[in-house]
Amino acid sequence: MQQTRTSEPTGRRVLDTDAPYVLDVRDVRTEFQLEDGVVGAVEGVTLQVRRGETLAVVGESGCGKSVMARSILQLVDRPGKIVGGQVWVPVPPIDPETAKRRRGLFSRKKAPTIPVVTDPDAPEGMVDLLASDPEILRAVRGKRISMVFQEPMTSLSAVHKVGDQIAETILLHEPVTTEDARKRAIELLRRVGIAAPEKRVDAYPFELSGGMRQRVMIAMALACDPELLIADEPTTALDVTTQAQILELLKSLRDETGMAIMIITHDLGVAAQLADSIAVMYLGNVVEYGDLAEVFRHPKHPYTRALLASVPKLGQSRGRRLEPVRGMVPHPFARPSGCTFRDRCDFAQIGRCDVAPPPLLRDDDGHEVRCVLYEEER
Amino acid sequence: MGRYMLRRVGLMLVTLLAISFVTFWIIQLPPGDYVSTLVAQAEARGEVISPERMAAMRARYGLDDSFLVQYWNWISNIIFRGDFGDSFAWNRPVSTLIWDRVGLSFFLSVSTLLMVWAISFPIGIYSAVKQYSPGDYVATFFGFVGMAIPEFMLALVFMWIGVKYFGQSAGGLFSPEYVDAAWNIGKLMDLFSHLWLPVLIIGISGTAGLIRITRANLLDELYKPYVITARAKGLPEWKLLLKYPVRMSLSPFFSTVGWLLPGLISGETIISIVLSLPTTGPLLYGATLSQDMYLVGSFILILSALTVVGTLLSDLALAWWDPRIRRSYQGS
Ligand SMILES: Nc1ncnc2c1ncn2[C@@H]1O[C@H](COP(=O)(O)OP(=O)(O)O)[C@@H](O)[C@H]1O
Ligand code: SF4
Ligand SMILES: [Mg+2]
Repeated sequence: MQQTRTSEPTGRRVLDTDAPYVLDVRDVRTEFQLEDGVVGAVEGVTLQVRRGETLAVVGESGCGKSVMARSILQLVDRPGKIVGGQVWVPVPPIDPETAKRRRGLFSRKKAPTIPVVTDPDAPEGMVDLLASDPEILRAVRGKRISMVFQEPMTSLSAVHKVGDQIAETILLHEPVTTEDARKRAIELLRRVGIAAPEKRVDAYPFELSGGMRQRVMIAMALACDPELLIADEPTTALDVTTQAQILELLKSLRDETGMAIMIITHDLGVAAQLADSIAVMYLGNVVEYGDLAEVFRHPKHPYTRALLASVPKLGQSRGRRLEPVRGMVPHPFARPSGCTFRDRCDFAQIGRCDVAPPPLLRDDDGHEVRCVLYEEER
Repeated sequence: MGRYMLRRVGLMLVTLLAISFVTFWIIQLPPGDYVSTLVAQAEARGEVISPERMAAMRARYGLDDSFLVQYWNWISNIIFRGDFGDSFAWNRPVSTLIWDRVGLSFFLSVSTLLMVWAISFPIGIYSAVKQYSPGDYVATFFGFVGMAIPEFMLALVFMWIGVKYFGQSAGGLFSPEYVDAAWNIGKLMDLFSHLWLPVLIIGISGTAGLIRITRANLLDELYKPYVITARAKGLPEWKLLLKYPVRMSLSPFFSTVGWLLPGLISGETIISIVLSLPTTGPLLYGATLSQDMYLVGSFILILSALTVVGTLLSDLALAWWDPRIRRSYQGS
């Protein structure tokens, strides 16, 4: 993993721990059905994000962070398939006029239906996106939950003006005129720190630098004041200076709008700068979850501990080689039985870790870990 | 953009000049000249042309002038009077021979092209979006069969079916009573009733090929990140497909669309001969066999000019379609 220098998180934000959930993911499973077999990219992820909360999802490359994030809005490409679980989100408001703009070609329905939730476990006022009408999904995409992707170079259409791409989102979800949408696009570009937005609104993506394109992506994601912004490695493709600027931007926008953020990163430094809570993923599972400061101070899972040990500490001499997590991520078709981290774990116990997946253990503060070592504590 | 176009048009004119020189050189290529051909024809009929008359004719046609002077006479007649010279074989001015056929060829080819586009784009898009679905397999099967069967065979099969089961000849573009008639509504309807068969036969392999190309180009675009971005906005699927990946996948198509221009005129020679269509193909073929050089030369000139113009149109179409290319021209 790649790291930026971390320090103890300071100036912690005060979070309302009773705020309602804007996202409640339960036991989501996503598979890739390939010719040689099935890859379980996401194997039962459960996590929640409260209004205004920033959750960091961390883990090595290939552990399923992106697939998990894309599963939320059903953006996983073939041959990926969501095979189980629920994605609960607050019922989106559906404006009949804009709903027309989002209607499918062969949809004969006059007005979209507000889904009737029959599941007794259903959280109050929420719908399960995986079980609902495509119209509900489209009403959530870009409006209540929006996404920023890793590749600013290829995530924008090369043949459409950036202003039009931003305005399109607004027109899809709000009953405004084209001119008003354009004015808002200019305003959004200004907000994400793009100079001369009146001119840049007519620029094509190839006329902008990588950092500016990522700003455009963020402007597009913010266009309809989402409740939740999912940012999938938004700074990974950028140079170090630009990375810092984009993170600063996300932070100030969050504080301005009060939106929740799910930031996906393989960089613990990024998580430390931004997040309130953290979910550590390993091979399609969340192996540890909790308050960011708590997890950083008292990591429980051996994987989290190894990750943290590989991060440079403030004051540590620059030249020292960092210890990466021992071993390699196993091949998707050759995952160990029981705990999938078993063959890289220094604490693995034969007869215990290899027989069954470790249980999910939760302490009184909500700190969760998936490891047999903590079974005794209960 | 303006300066770029000026440069391109200038370059085009130079190319056309070079082509016209080569064409004229080809016209002059066969041994003998116009007068000696006439003499040979006269002798074949048993007539004798006196040497004085031959000399007079040579002077009249400027056959003893230098190459450049003759070239100038030829090209200036074409440019200023639309006079392409005379056809030996038909004993008529070339211009009276070709334009009718050029018109019909153009009409036939444009009809075919429109059919090909109207069928292949939707099927190609469907095939890519529903890759490996039963529909895609059917389209793929049709694509390979369509590309593999030679058109002349299709033409023969259709003619055979026409004669055997419907007792009518499938050839030609007009019924006998309309062939020499002036244009009127009846003749037009007659043309349409004959047109569908050649259009179908000529179009089949093009349709099959374009389905494959559309499918492959779209598959390249369908899973790019910008498509996911568009989906994440809440766009309905069909709108998003047409606006983003389909649009991108048409760029290679636009870069070659101008090359169709010469094909529109030259048409499908083999099919036209088999189906005895009065298009340019058979005329050019016959002219080449009989060394009817002014006719051949006129075709070469017209087709080359169309190729050059088509290339320019292609580039302009692509610039219009793709802002990246447009902006790079504006920079240069
Ligand atoms: N398009 C795909 N085809 C096949 N397998 C895939 C595809 N995308 C992802 N995967 C599988 O899912 C796993 C998780 O991928 P991803 O979510 O992109 O990891 P991360 O974002 O954590 O780096 C990968 O290791 C790979 O096995
Ligand atoms: S369950 Fe066993 S192998 Fe897995 S992390 Fe805990 S100790 Fe290591
Ligand atoms: Mg990723």
